[in-house]
Amino acid sequence: MKNFLPSDFLVHIGPECILCGRCVRECSFGVLEQKEGRIIAHHARCVACQRCVVFCPRSAIAILPHPSTSRHNAYWTPEQRRALLRQAQTGAILLAGAGNDQPYLSIWDHLLLDASQVTNPSIDPLREPMELVTFIGRKPDHLEIVPDENGELRLATELPPQLKLDTPIIFGAMSLGAVNLRVHKILAEAARRAGTYFNCGEGGLHEELYPYGQNTIVQVASGRFGVHQRYLDAAAAIEIKIGQGAKPGIGGHLAGEKVTEEIARTRMIPPGTDAISPAPHHDIYSIEDLAQLIYALKEATNYSKPVGVKIAAVHHVAAIATGAARAGADFLTIDGFRGGTGAAPLVIRNHVGLPLEIALAAVDDRLREEGIRHQVSIIASGGIRSSADVIKAIALGADAVSICTAALIALGCTLCQACYTGRCAWGLTTQDPELIKRLDIDEGVERVQNLLRAWTLEIKEVMGALGINAIESLRGNRERLRSIGLDVHTQEVLGVRPAGM
Amino acid sequence: MELHAHHLHYREVNQWLRRCSQDGIHHVTLHGIRGQRYIGTGLNNSLRIHIHGTAGNDLGAFMNGGEIIVYGNAQDGVGNTMNAGRIIIHGHAGDVVAHSMRGGTIYVRDDVGYRAGIHMKAWGDNPPLVIIGGTARDFLGEYMAGGTLIVLGLHDPSAPLVGSYVGTGMHGGVIYLRGTIAPYQYGKEAGLQPLTPDDWEYLQRTLAPFCEEFGFDLEAVLDHTFCKLVPLSRRPYGRLYEGAVGAVSNHS
Ligand code: SF4
Ligand code: SF4
Repeated sequence: MKNFLPSDFLVHIGPECILCGRCVRECSFGVLEQKEGRIIAHHARCVACQRCVVFCPRSAIAILPHPSTSRHNAYWTPEQRRALLRQAQTGAILLAGAGNDQPYLSIWDHLLLDASQVTNPSIDPLREPMELVTFIGRKPDHLEIVPDENGELRLATELPPQLKLDTPIIFGAMSLGAVNLRVHKILAEAARRAGTYFNCGEGGLHEELYPYGQNTIVQVASGRFGVHQRYLDAAAAIEIKIGQGAKPGIGGHLAGEKVTEEIARTRMIPPGTDAISPAPHHDIYSIEDLAQLIYALKEATNYSKPVGVKIAAVHHVAAIATGAARAGADFLTIDGFRGGTGAAPLVIRNHVGLPLEIALAAVDDRLREEGIRHQVSIIASGGIRSSADVIKAIALGADAVSICTAALIALGCTLCQACYTGRCAWGLTTQDPELIKRLDIDEGVERVQNLLRAWTLEIKEVMGALGINAIESLRGNRERLRSIGLDVHTQEVLGVRPAGM
Repeated sequence: MELHAHHLHYREVNQWLRRCSQDGIHHVTLHGIRGQRYIGTGLNNSLRIHIHGTAGNDLGAFMNGGEIIVYGNAQDGVGNTMNAGRIIIHGHAGDVVAHSMRGGTIYVRDDVGYRAGIHMKAWGDNPPLVIIGGTARDFLGEYMAGGTLIVLGLHDPSAPLVGSYVGTGMHGGVIYLRGTIAPYQYGKEAGLQPLTPDDWEYLQRTLAPFCEEFGFDLEAVLDHTFCKLVPLSRRPYGRLYEGAVGAVSNHS
């Protein structure tokens, strides 16, 4: 069949080119070729990953939107037509990587933070201590404090297990298979250094990462890949994955080609088979069933670590969240529709789910109304881009946030969305040994650690401006937020007043 | 060691079991079990647990060794995500037996409910084996990725051996049925294969200890038609998806 798809991009190679061939070696999508004394580009294959641009020693390359155009049509956008044509040629469900890229309203960008002036003075974070330590886990209904035999007061209440975060940011779930072992190693080491946690995702925990167990949240998803007693024992916490913001309501298929020896060993399946995570857990069809799995995991680990539940932000997220909290979840990860993915059906990624901001406010409200907010911690995840998003998320009701895409961008990801091809030119979402080598572990740790450091400093800076010296004073403190340019209903759901009021 | 557990919460039962195994005890007996959940969950060593009564949900979940023998019925989720060890049930078992089981052995003397062996896998040199003496309901071996499921239908010849949707989405492992199955009963990802001499040899070897455990006559069990369901592909959903960006596959 003749390919009717127009090219998205044009690879422009300028006169500075010295024919060194570096770009040809860097491009993992087969776009560039050196032939007869020049570089030839197969534009149609280019995903605009920017690898050649960054590595060209003469800065000779520019990736341009393809200048060839068709008659403008605001309804039948090039994107719509492209998807349609591709389906006409393949008859398949279209896949895309990374997160929802559609122009829905980004509510973060319509929220403004307060600052202290004159009364309630601001605090200088350079001189004054700022408390960012956050505990994730169920908090008791009340505390009993009794004097011991020497008259010293001590806590008599037995505290449920908690995760201690030195900064309210953790690395969210990306499975081994979606990303490669180097990415896991980088996140694990960065988490250890920063006093926080990384989530190994649903593909098991590689043997070499067991030493990082105390900084690891392990996932139990519907595929139950790599889930066994040692895995549960090694972890600091366990997260049951019900849903993912990028693809709510559906499972995942890791294609057989990506199930290398190493991944097979970690997932505990034969190499080369599709690793299928079914849409539902086969043993969860109700909140009672969810409670059963939560308690099975607590029993299996003797109540020694928090067991949480990750759900995608969907229409009834508040009701689901309170159900999960009542089912015994010690923390809830709420994953908004901007969350990333290695591969999701385009139709789901672009059209299903809710903005994290809305979900967060709704869940926090509902748990407070029911008087059980203290029983469960909330981790906000899905599209957190900056320290400002972190602060706004906490003010909307989160205890902490988790980041994935942001960490990948720190490591080189250009959001080209070609993750599902397994050809990530930046060595992130690929299992090709040659491409993996592009990711230097030590440098990667430094980059991600720098990112956390910078965000942490910025959070303190903003807290100082707000006149707040402990992050918990900011949690759910929507009084310190104002909206700009949001409609009345959205403001109501967010529980945020308009600017000027 | 023995424990009369009819009045105890599952947490207390499991704490007691944990203490026994820490003390190096190899045999324990639980009396009066009335549906307590999670018995032997995460069992990790050579402990052998005899259970009298009805074992509750998630019996032997995440089990990683040892043995559980139930004199009575078991409820849902027997051997959920089990890794190693053996569970023997002198009675019926409920739904989702051997969900995502990766290793070890489960024997059920009588019938099981829906979704038995769903998403069973295989890993290393300890592939999982589930033998059901009676019948199984719908979704048997759905999404099965490895291991062996055997359903014998030994008790009531008039009862349907299995339900529908057997082996739907199957991409590994094998299902042996003592009897026949109509095409509408199994998923399009699975296919029937004639038994080879190796299969018969395997069945003989595998069913011998099962028959011995429950006092069935091995010869009589084997003197019957069997059929075998296998996956048609290890990649049943290979053609379902296509990239949305870049000219990844070349269709021109
Ligand atoms: S796919 Fe990436 S490396 Fe290849 S030409 Fe396009 S931008 Fe350059
Ligand atoms: S991870 Fe790699 S393939 Fe995926 S969007 Fe980022 S750069 Fe592209």
